[in-house]
Amino acid sequence: MSEKKTKRRDFLFTATTAVGAVGAAAVVWPMIDQMNPDASVKALASTEVDVSSLTPGNTLTVLWRGKPVFIRRRTKEEIDEARAVKMEDLIHPEKDEDRAKNPEWLVMLGVCTHLGCVPLNDKGDYNGWFCPCHGSHYDTSGRIRKGPAPWNMEVPKYEFVNANTIKIG
Amino acid sequence: MSDHNYTPKSKVGQWFNDRLPLLTLANHLTDYPTPKNLNYWWTFGGILTFCLITQIVTGLTLAMHYIAHADMAFESVEHIMRDVNYGWLIRYIHANGASMFFLAVYIHIFRSLFYGSYKSPREIIWILGIIIYLLMMAAAFMGYVLPWGQMSFWGATVITNLFSAIPLVGEGIVTWLWGGYSVDNPTLTRFFTLHYLIPFLILGLVVLHIWALHVPGNNNPVGIDIKKPSKDTVPFHPYIVIKDGFALLMFMIVFAFFVFYAPNILGHADNYIEANPMVTPAHIVPEWYLLPFYAILRSVPDKLLGVVAMLSAILILAVLPWLDTSKIRSAVFRPLYKQFYWILVADVLILGYVGAMPAEGLYLLIARVATAYYFLHFLVILPVLGFKEKTLPVPLSITEPVLGGSPNLAAARNKESKIE
Repeated sequence: MSEKKTKRRDFLFTATTAVGAVGAAAVVWPMIDQMNPDASVKALASTEVDVSSLTPGNTLTVLWRGKPVFIRRRTKEEIDEARAVKMEDLIHPEKDEDRAKNPEWLVMLGVCTHLGCVPLNDKGDYNGWFCPCHGSHYDTSGRIRKGPAPWNMEVPKYEFVNANTIKIG
Repeated sequence: MSDHNYTPKSKVGQWFNDRLPLLTLANHLTDYPTPKNLNYWWTFGGILTFCLITQIVTGLTLAMHYIAHADMAFESVEHIMRDVNYGWLIRYIHANGASMFFLAVYIHIFRSLFYGSYKSPREIIWILGIIIYLLMMAAAFMGYVLPWGQMSFWGATVITNLFSAIPLVGEGIVTWLWGGYSVDNPTLTRFFTLHYLIPFLILGLVVLHIWALHVPGNNNPVGIDIKKPSKDTVPFHPYIVIKDGFALLMFMIVFAFFVFYAPNILGHADNYIEANPMVTPAHIVPEWYLLPFYAILRSVPDKLLGVVAMLSAILILAVLPWLDTSKIRSAVFRPLYKQFYWILVADVLILGYVGAMPAEGLYLLIARVATAYYFLHFLVILPVLGFKEKTLPVPLSITEPVLGGSPNLAAARNKESKIE
């Protein structure tokens, strides 16, 4: 028995274990995947918002996929302030031009990228948003400037259906 | 367990016990030899068993009236408070019971830290205890979500978002935990299921915890190994049973004070406002028993490292038996460790306090210093202390210092042999 030789029995053990493992994984996966978003949740993918009543310097908050979305009609000063920032001063460098295609309108998820709280409007050291939970400061472009949040507030997929309506999602 | 063999007295008992040794198990609650010098800090094991059973019984009865649905959960809790017979009582016992459970478990843990109960040969008991503690935190967190108030909702949002700190797969894991794109009904129903399950897992682990305890037997305030049974031990019943019972009664007075006179003082008023995904409360705080860890999370300015620090603060306890290099168990004979022990107690209390305060200015600075010290205690002070500290002489038996009454060991031993 001292020499090591692959025997018929070894082959059977390996084959049985391999088939057993694949079978177990096939049964476990549905148990795990059932917790992912279901079809009815995924179906609520987009929402349309009427923004005609929004005046410059104000923010509308709407619910999309269970999360608040900030629609900010920015003033001239806010736009200038956001566009004057140097890229090297940013924690998560993104140009304001890329975040707000139409400079007057900033649309983004009102969710702090730290731990998911809703930041407060017109607050903080950068005249943008401030998250009360753990103290993250965002600028007038919704970019993280100070605090524990790692990224800028996310800009979702959106489009102007007409001059007064934004479709999010 | 092998050092004390038990045979039932009656014929029927012997017949039964030969086939299923249940009576041998029951004997562990009667004749089981226990160190005779156990003080009141040792009564919290029994108190914790009481807390677990209280939570299970009140939880089962609440579940008969509670509705786990985002549209109805908040109302069903108010229904329990106003309409269900004695619903207010059952809910207040359950809600305050969670706090009492943690109060007792913290005393129990700090008892072990002081008397070195985690050291060889009791490492497995200790690790089982840490797993129980982690499950308790999971159960408490999910239970707090069920009333679907503002703190429930935003607490759930913040805590589940901790997982988003994991690189690459973090966001996917959070979506999976939520069952959607935010905390919502699917999250609530699964939390209810897990909140229901975990106490029974804890119950199973408690059985293992006690089983593991009964192999070496209890540690004791002197922290020395004792022979059992010997003149250093007393039977569990009636000596320990009565002592545990009295301590439990005192504990229940405190418990009852909260339930009947200050049922909401440990909660947060914002949780009587129904969950609103559009508005975050101005100041989110977890329940008091999680505050020290919350302070550690907030003291680190980086998201991932903050989460790592918070988890490490808990998990570091699991490897404590190997971080503490001292052979002496009890702090009674470790003059330096005793001082560092009390500094650690103060440090954790300070962390708890700043955890409840806004994370800015002086509070943030204090939180950072206290966090650094917490890790310093476990990673530097404890390992070094085992080699540097000059410990006091340890008695050879529990009886010795009692009968001797003098620090002179030779005299004490002499006196003891005379009495024999």
